[in-house]
Amino acid sequence: MSKILVIAEHLDGKLNPSTARAVSAAAAVKPEAIDVLVLAAQADAIAAEAAKIEGVSRVLTVARAENAHPLAAVLAPQIAKAAAGYTHVFGPSTTFGKDVMPRVAALLGTAQVSDVMSVEGSHSFKRPIYAGNAIVTVEAEPSHVVVATIRTASWPAAASGNGNASVEALSVDAALPSHTRFVELRQGKSDRPDLQSASKVVSGGRGVGSKENFEIIYKLADKLGAGVGASRAAVDAGYVPSDLQVGQTGKIIAPELYMAIGISGAIQHLTGIKDAGTIVAINKDGEAPIFEVADIGLVGDLFKLLPEIEQAIG
Amino acid sequence: MMKILVGYKRVVDYNVRIQVKPDGTGVVTDGVKLSANPFDDIALEEALRLREKGLAEEVVVVGIGPSDLTAHLRNGLAMGANRAIHVVTADAVQPLTAARTLLKLVEKEQPGLVILGKQAIDDDANQTGQMLAALWDRPQATFASKVEIADGKATVTREVDAGLEVISVDLPAVVTSDLRLNEPRFIKLPDIMKAKSKPIDLIELATLGVDSGDHLKTTHYAAPAKRSKGVMVKDAAELVAALKQKGLL
Ligand SMILES: Cc1cc2nc3c(=O)[nH]c(=O)nc-3n(C[C@H](O)[C@H](O)[C@H](O)COP(=O)(O)OP(=O)(O)OC[C@H]3O[C@@H](n4cnc5c(N)ncnc54)[C@H](O)[C@@H]3O)c2cc1C
Ligand SMILES: Cc1cc2nc3c(=O)[nH]c(=O)nc-3n(C[C@H](O)[C@H](O)[C@H](O)COP(=O)(O)OP(=O)(O)OC[C@H]3O[C@@H](n4cnc5c(N)ncnc54)[C@H](O)[C@@H]3O)c2cc1C
Repeated sequence: MSKILVIAEHLDGKLNPSTARAVSAAAAVKPEAIDVLVLAAQADAIAAEAAKIEGVSRVLTVARAENAHPLAAVLAPQIAKAAAGYTHVFGPSTTFGKDVMPRVAALLGTAQVSDVMSVEGSHSFKRPIYAGNAIVTVEAEPSHVVVATIRTASWPAAASGNGNASVEALSVDAALPSHTRFVELRQGKSDRPDLQSASKVVSGGRGVGSKENFEIIYKLADKLGAGVGASRAAVDAGYVPSDLQVGQTGKIIAPELYMAIGISGAIQHLTGIKDAGTIVAINKDGEAPIFEVADIGLVGDLFKLLPEIEQAIG
Repeated sequence: MMKILVGYKRVVDYNVRIQVKPDGTGVVTDGVKLSANPFDDIALEEALRLREKGLAEEVVVVGIGPSDLTAHLRNGLAMGANRAIHVVTADAVQPLTAARTLLKLVEKEQPGLVILGKQAIDDDANQTGQMLAALWDRPQATFASKVEIADGKATVTREVDAGLEVISVDLPAVVTSDLRLNEPRFIKLPDIMKAKSKPIDLIELATLGVDSGDHLKTTHYAAPAKRSKGVMVKDAAELVAALKQKGLL
């Protein structure tokens, strides 16, 4: 029988929704137990949130000052120790999980399965390669612990509220390095819904033309209560900060509504929105590849159309 | 002064439209254009800039792969690397094996910095750098968009989901490159000529005593599910009506 350890992601004392998605993937393995590991400076509030997730058996906490920031070199040795007795260790395929999980896998001497989209069996998974242009089935060796990152856009968040897991402090005896130090986190402060969990997202591309022009995207987003995203070209050109990039090397998202405005639809961008419910494309070029994947397409000048759309919404 | 080791992997060019073989045994790679992994060009560019600033004296590109990889490594030399190491193996290696192999080279070369791509655009694994750092017991600074070296430390700005994170790491360390770290230079014709005389060390993987970490077996390849073709609307009013009908507004 499988026993799965899920590594919690959190920031500013709050659990990241990616954790409940990783729990969904863990449940798909049909294990005998799913435990969540919270490594933090102060773990109580985060652990309490994790304990409410349905399907979680136990929440294990390691509260140490060194865990104040998610430094992979500091967290990985603790996770590797805590992994003893588990058949699987899962983390989210966010920048947090992508940073720390391979380090855990190497310490455990095992391969990692990146970006799990579906669970086919306890040691069989589907994952995308080549920017999602091919989906492979990979089999992991049962003789090794399975370390995997979970492609969050492929999994619904496990329901929260009815769970009633026990919370236990865990003491792990791991030497922690001092060679890596946190300096600062520069966060784009925004009142808009978070790009990764928003149910609606409006994204702008190079076609928007400038940082100033991007106001038109923010305006429509605010009208819809949507999060804001961007193509790599828009980020590279400095219209918006890098954490808004959607795609193969940015964020992979699955909103109910995705509006691509002035985005051509390069394969690397499309990788990030494959699982969106409805894709709307607005582009002045009727031949743009984005129309091949759009559920609703509208050809025309975005600067003329966006104000008209806002008006039509009323 | 320090030496910098750079991962220089060859992948199917990012412009190629990948086709899955109908029998599900792989993707079509015959006759398709191969190029350096874009992140590795960025890694190499960063190493060259550090050398040009006088912060490093030697840049070594490393490839792990079949015998025809040597020609690809010449491109890294043409871009400006001082020399190359080609670890020869007929089989494609998985990230843990790649990391264990790189560790052997690190032990031999004693670099002050190793720069790899954050991910290779074929397998999109995003693992090798982190694994190498773990095995080497040294810091990792992944997804780097800015690297500053001073006093035996690197201050690295990282592109993370929440924004930009800055960390400080002691050298030696492993850095993995993100797209906005720099814009790689183009290779010029005279550089290609010069590269012909630069050394490439060939090492058989089998002679390095690396324990294989290829624990994953790929049993099937499939094309991704296609989204069905949508509708075109003629104006803003029609678009809004369609969204209302779907219950999205
Ligand atoms: C290794 C690698 C990784 C990458 N990762 C990513 C990634 O994660 N995310 C990503 O997005 N890209 C990524 N890219 C880049 C990708 O290949 C494209 O270059 C990028 O997505 C293009 O952005 P764009 O559509 O905004 O710009 P363009 O391709 O320049 O498209 C702009 C579009 O705007 C339209 N337009 C212009 N003016 C107007 C107007 N007034 N009204 C309406 N439409 C207008 C044009 O018709 C055009 O279709 C990656 C590339 C590489 C090599
Ligand atoms: C045509 C083709 C066919 C393939 N077929 C298979 C297959 O059948 N089965 C299979 O398991 N894998 C296959 N691979 C993938 C190969 O095994 C990958 O090299 C390996 O899985 C590493 O994953 P990654 O490159 O995504 O690692 P990542 O962790 O994403 O790589 C990050 C960085 O590590 C460095 N790096 C990684 N590998 C190397 C290397 N070999 N040389 C130099 N630097 C490196 C680079 O700097 C790279 O940017 C194939 C690759 C190609 C191009």
